[in-house]
Amino acid sequence: MKHLDQSQLILHYYGEDEGDANAAAHLAGCPLCLESYQSLERVLGAMEALDVPEPAANYEAALWGRIEPRLRPRLSGWLPVWGWRLATAAACTALLAISLLTSRLAPNRRPAEPAPLADSQAGERVLRVAVGDYLDRSQMVLLELANTDSTRTRQIPWSVTRDRASDLVSESRLYRQTAEHTGDVAVAHVLDDLDRVLLDIAHGPDQLSPRDLDRFQQRLDAQGILFKIRVLSSNMQKQVL
Amino acid sequence: MELSDRALVTQARSGDPDAFRALVERHSRVVFRQAFRMTGNREDAEDVVQEAFLRAYRQLGRFDERAGFGTWLYRISTNCALDTVRARRRRNENSAVAEPDAPDPMAQVPARDPSPERSAWSAQLRGAVEDAMNELSPTERAAFVLRHFEGMHIEEVGRALRCRPGAAKHSVFRAVQKLRRALEPLVAPVRS
Repeated sequence: MKHLDQSQLILHYYGEDEGDANAAAHLAGCPLCLESYQSLERVLGAMEALDVPEPAANYEAALWGRIEPRLRPRLSGWLPVWGWRLATAAACTALLAISLLTSRLAPNRRPAEPAPLADSQAGERVLRVAVGDYLDRSQMVLLELANTDSTRTRQIPWSVTRDRASDLVSESRLYRQTAEHTGDVAVAHVLDDLDRVLLDIAHGPDQLSPRDLDRFQQRLDAQGILFKIRVLSSNMQKQVL
Repeated sequence: MELSDRALVTQARSGDPDAFRALVERHSRVVFRQAFRMTGNREDAEDVVQEAFLRAYRQLGRFDERAGFGTWLYRISTNCALDTVRARRRRNENSAVAEPDAPDPMAQVPARDPSPERSAWSAQLRGAVEDAMNELSPTERAAFVLRHFEGMHIEEVGRALRCRPGAAKHSVFRAVQKLRRALEPLVAPVRS
């Protein structure tokens, strides 16, 4: 008689063995497997001992008090993804155009000086919100790499990470160009550094080895890129508020 | 009449902060419970809840209304909790470099005391369960919490952890096997 293995017992416990109707029948007739199954039940039953403290009565109000000041004001509500990208692209293009026009009409003027058009302020705001969001998403990808133990590289959904990095790279070009043209040197530098790291990830190997992970982590540490992103993101938030 | 999550999301997207506040009030306790089980401590769990709602707010524009807001939010909080646990482990590993070999975690599991005090036994079991949970890797712990406590199917666990169902299944298996090794001696029936 072939006994049930651990994984079959676990699937049976959680009712995820629909395709294996024999498990129940086997357990009914096999004292050895039944004993193992009952032991599994006792262990998983013991998990109920894991207490979860009940939050305080005013938990929701206190939480909202911490969250509310950090919510970024949205200019006109949320747009679907394509709408948001379109609006950002439009804002970037407008800023680029304003920046180029300004430098042509007034060649002696410093490029960082704001354009004398009222719309440029709204455009800059859209851009800052978009770049802030972009930095947050980039930070998540990098944190995932930075915080992974090199002995557990197989647990990283690497193809997902590469896809996310690739999406971010294709998004960054316009932000970087806009920052360069508007004379936002600090933003352009950080975006440039970030772009190189993301490109490296996007073009990384098919399977992440511990050595590859070490290389990425050393690079992140050496460049202090996460710190730069955090500082820039925080500055962006302050400027938007 | 209480508005549905979907209606609140629509209002929040159009800039109504009270609508988002209603979502926070409706879901925060559930997210806290899940975060606590994943992180194992109150402070980290509170940070995870806060970060999850902030990320959710920033990503409201990407929320697909065909999905449930709760499911989407719990997915975000799962990833926040994973980030938190991984960062904590990394910090602990870095700070433990100069220390001598860490003691065998199982040596810290209290021996089964034949004390008649039921509460003492419960406390002992709770301590052992917490220790055993702390021995799981962040991914194993997250997968186990989602399967065991949140009642998610393996496929849903995979979606929440952004990995294939096979990988999610193996994480759950590894977690249960580790828990069995750690806790079986404690919960074994006393044979006379």
